[in-house]
Amino acid sequence: MSEDVSIQIREAIQSAISENPVILFMKGTPDQPMCGFSARTVAILQSVGKPFAAVNILPDPRIRQELSGVSNWPTIPQLFIDGEFVGGCDIVTEMYESGELQTALGVEDATNGDSGQAAPEPAAQEPAPLTIENRL
Amino acid sequence: MAATDLPATPDELKQRIETGIPGATAAVTGDGHHFNAVVSASAFQGLSRIAQHRLVYDVFGAELGDRIHALSIQTQAPASTAPETENIA
Repeated sequence: MSEDVSIQIREAIQSAISENPVILFMKGTPDQPMCGFSARTVAILQSVGKPFAAVNILPDPRIRQELSGVSNWPTIPQLFIDGEFVGGCDIVTEMYESGELQTALGVEDATNGDSGQAAPEPAAQEPAPLTIENRL
Repeated sequence: MAATDLPATPDELKQRIETGIPGATAAVTGDGHHFNAVVSASAFQGLSRIAQHRLVYDVFGAELGDRIHALSIQTQAPASTAPETENIA
């Protein structure tokens, strides 16, 4: 029985990843992150100004368990771009600082000079968070 | 493993990383719960950043999130001047 639920959760995670060009699995929500690493990753994505879907993994421990099975990655947060696992907070931070993240997100315009001042227009302020729990 | 009941220390993490990953040198800081590891290893050569971090996570397995509450990682292959990048796009 619980096996079925786990499979359902895994399938919901997989379709969320494939349906959302940018999706962050995190502890808490973008408005109320429940962990410093999730908060930092949200702040980076918001400063890049690319809308992203967010899934709170806290409501059910099986979400995290199945997610780690999908990504083969033990920690939270986890960022996926175009269906590909990109990394957690450390990697996202490094990629942001080097400009790779902006390139991967297709918002490289503002950082062409790469003077270390990667501060794109903070226009998009509606990230439209998506919750996976509703579909389980 | 021994020492699983004791609190984790930066020194323990450093030694386990250096023992567990071929050619690794690690600098680890931390307060017993949150740690930061800067790891350079010949084994990282040619690996994506994700794969490099996985090697470090694999040293600790299920202790991550539990005994080792949080571990930040920066990795580097020793010879490379530019950091390894993965093609994600």
